[in-house]
Formats: sequence, structure tokens, C-alpha cells
Amino acid sequence: MAKAPAGTLYRGREGMWSWVAHRVTGVLIFFFLFAHVLDTALVRVSPDSYDRVINTYKTPIVNLMELGLTGAVLYHALNGLRIMAIDFWEKGPRYQRQMTWAILAVFVVVMVPGAYFMLEHTVRTMFGSAT
Amino acid sequence: MTATAEGAAPVVIEAPRARRTRHGKGSRTNFEMYSWIFMRMSGLLLIVLVLGHLLIMNVLDSGVQRINFGFVAGRWASPFWRTWDLMQLWLAELHGTNGLRTVINDYAVRDSTRFWLKMLLYTSAFLVLVLGTLVIFTFDPTIK
Repeated sequence: MAKAPAGTLYRGREGMWSWVAHRVTGVLIFFFLFAHVLDTALVRVSPDSYDRVINTYKTPIVNLMELGLTGAVLYHALNGLRIMAIDFWEKGPRYQRQMTWAILAVFVVVMVPGAYFMLEHTVRTMFGSAT
Repeated sequence: MTATAEGAAPVVIEAPRARRTRHGKGSRTNFEMYSWIFMRMSGLLLIVLVLGHLLIMNVLDSGVQRINFGFVAGRWASPFWRTWDLMQLWLAELHGTNGLRTVINDYAVRDSTRFWLKMLLYTSAFLVLVLGTLVIFTFDPTIK
């Protein structure tokens, strides 16, 4: 059997999996957007009902889910840039694999401090002595 | 190739550069090309709008912990942030709806399943856009 190819733009390896992740994160973000417009619409009901729903966003578990959502949005954004580079830059298709790893590197570099600031309060209230 | 029963049309992949032939309804316009361009143009704007939104709401100045009704009222006192949020709402909802339309077209095999899933999708998009737009335009900071 022939050795597995290094993958084409959409078949196998980086090209395919970045496409899969783009779909999964896109659908996830779409469903969150639906919920998010509904929760924000509560500002037209009363300040109290809005504040009560927003307070759930501040709880540890939902806070962790927000980090996941932020990661999904960031990946979708970075891979979107990669897709545009493939479509509009003449050398884009040739470097699509390298660009996948490049956006993953940017993802990590942004998410590490991002996670620190997003989870700081939760970690402090759960494990710290100060409130 | 002979015609087959509905739901089991033979798969024909045209050459990518082949000139589009006009057959049946739906292929008379360049809708798919405009949708392709829209995904890239709206995506570019959304990168600024949404990543900016996430940075302000979740990261800066103790993030989500400081958000409440008063915070929203303070932001929406400025036309700049109302415009930002309105653009974000419309672009994200249309971008997402178009993406989900592609996903439905890819995975829903039966014509009727595809039709009803898309009706559900378009109904939800319509409701989200109308509700979100109304909320931004009719926001009242003095509401009790």
C-alpha cells in the first residue's frame, strides 16, 4: 500500500481537521449567540432579571464554559484568516499546513494570558483565602 | 446517465472551472458566490467586532464579574457601542445562519428534512435579529 500522502487542502491531516474544527466551533458559537441575544434582551424586562441571569455567567462552571467559548471563537477567527489566505493569497494553498500550525501557535499565545484573566476571579474565590 | 427517483439523484461533480449551465430553479443567480464573498467579508469585520467584544467583556477590568444592568446602560449611552453591537448582531447572525445553511445542506439527505431544518433556521434568525435590534433601539436605562 502506498504511503499516506501529506494531505491535500480538505482531505486528511491538517487541512481536514482544521475544517472539522471550524464547523464544530461555528455551530457551537451560533447556538450560543441565540442564547446570548435572549439573555441580553432581559434588559428590556427589568434590571433585576438581567442581573440575575448575568450572575450565572459569573459562577465557576459557567465561567469555565466561557473560556471554552472564547477558545472556540478565537480558533474560528484565526482559522477564518487562514481560509482567506488560502483563497486570496497565491501561495496560500501551498502553505495551508504551515498556516494551521501558525494559527495554533497564536491560539496558545493568546489563550494562556486570556485564561489567566478570565479565570482569575473564580480561582481566587474558590481556592484563595481572600474574597 | 438516466434520471433516478427523488432523493437518490446521481452525484455529478462538474469541473471546477466549468461554465454554470442553467437548469431548474435556484441556479439562475449567483447567490452562492455572493454568499461565499459575504462569509469572508463579514468574517473579517467580525474578527474585529467579536474579539473586541470578548476582550472588553471577559478579559479587561475584571471581565464578566463587573457586568450588570448599570454596565450595559453606561455602554449603550454611547452611539458608538450601540452601533458596534448592532453591526455585531446582524453580521454574526447572518454569518452563522449562512454557515448553518451550509451544514444543513451537507448533512440532511432528504429534501423535506433539509427544507424544514432550514425553515427552523430562518425563523430563529428572523426572531433573533428582530428581538436584538428592538432591544438596542428601544433600550431604556430608567426602566424599573
